[in-house]
Amino acid sequence: MARRLLKLTVNGRDREDAVDDHALLVDHLRGIGLTGVKQGCDAGECGACTVLVDGEPRLACITLAASVEGQRVETIESLAQNGRMSRLQAAFHEKLGTQCGFCTPGMIMSAEALLRRHAQPSEREIRAALGGNVCRCTGYVKIVESVQCACAAAAGA
Amino acid sequence: MDTMCAFELKRPTNVAEASALLAKPNARVIAGGTDLVPNLRRGLDAPATLVDITGIAALTALDLDRAPRVIGAGATLAHLAGDPRIGDEYPALAQAAAEVAAPAHRNAGTLGGNLCLDTRCVFYNQSEWWRASNGYCLKRRGDTCHVAPHGKRCHAAFSGDVAPALIVLGAEVEIASVDGMRRLPLAALYRDDGAKHLALAPGELIVAVHVPPAATGSHSAYGKARVRGSVDFPLAGVAMAVAFDGARIARLDVALTGTNSNALSLAGTETLVGRAADDATLAALGNLVAKQVSPMRTTVTASNYRRRVASVLVQRLLRNLAAEHATD
Repeated sequence: MARRLLKLTVNGRDREDAVDDHALLVDHLRGIGLTGVKQGCDAGECGACTVLVDGEPRLACITLAASVEGQRVETIESLAQNGRMSRLQAAFHEKLGTQCGFCTPGMIMSAEALLRRHAQPSEREIRAALGGNVCRCTGYVKIVESVQCACAAAAGA
Repeated sequence: MDTMCAFELKRPTNVAEASALLAKPNARVIAGGTDLVPNLRRGLDAPATLVDITGIAALTALDLDRAPRVIGAGATLAHLAGDPRIGDEYPALAQAAAEVAAPAHRNAGTLGGNLCLDTRCVFYNQSEWWRASNGYCLKRRGDTCHVAPHGKRCHAAFSGDVAPALIVLGAEVEIASVDGMRRLPLAALYRDDGAKHLALAPGELIVAVHVPPAATGSHSAYGKARVRGSVDFPLAGVAMAVAFDGARIARLDVALTGTNSNALSLAGTETLVGRAADDATLAALGNLVAKQVSPMRTTVTASNYRRRVASVLVQRLLRNLAAEHATD
């Protein structure tokens, strides 16, 4: 079975791991302990596995690990600093954007990419950016409010 | 979902190297992987080698200052949707790219990948276990098309959004292989057979799309019906390019996706040239679409709904573009 040494920058740290050529990014990330990357539909349809690759949202369950060689990968684990939640995480906590929690890492990573591009997005832009993230609790109103709350916190800071 | 088959992954850095790798038996190309990876995980193919072309920088280049414009096949759908130069000159292309799946798919998915999207069917896009239980199907490993058991061909539907837009814009595809380069009008890339819908020989790779400059005063748009507005393949997708002479149609091109096994170029639009985009013209255009599309039972949505929604979409596009022209 073909294997290779894979160099990635994961959550700001360079690492090199032996992976199968056919390994999926979701399995690789979870295998190195980043279990915040969730396996939902596992078919590229629900967004639970959303991570950032070079700053853009990608679905780890339909991405070959070896295809992002040399790139920067960010997962939900990168957001909290020194034990303090990021603005988005705190907003999801305060505004009850997290219900069962399973879709939350993907939702937050999609929202994180949006807010980096666009500090004050409209509700429409928030909904478009989260369009590929499915919440099976169907609590979309609270999720959108959470992202808006994080924007308001950023504007007030 | 099923586990991934084992393969060797190659990452060439130029087209010649990619072509040499693709000339070997049982090699397949992969770019964004948003279509291919789920299909591989469902056991719909088991290549020995995957040739990942995302490391070929030349494939992502856009040259929009020359005629024809050249768009690299490796450009992402997110790029096409977001580049204002594309949106200004080719609204249909930007709109079609923006309507493919969801943002994370568009960040990975490429122009060439969307043009080469596999055809889709409820009897095909299923797990190995599901398909085995159903005796497989004509598209893979079986001998019966469950959609049309008495027919002789596979009826899986072509579902790429970008192809109809580029067809009405008059695009050609540039294809590379170890034998050299060739060009093909995009419409000729597609065949109305769900199991062999691409007119590409083994080892051939689409490297770029050539699009003639949009004529001054021409208008284009893409419209799509799907189950969920935020994600999903088209139940029907319609692209239109139209030019007017005063209030009358001077030229009209329409292409469709999601309804046939190919990207369908609508025939007979020349019969509407010289007419105003009034109710009678809209109805005539809607009839042309309803007669030529052949949606089959390849989705969970009824075929007749897809025929009717395609007809509605085409009328809506012409009405909107005529209104856009009137305000120019």
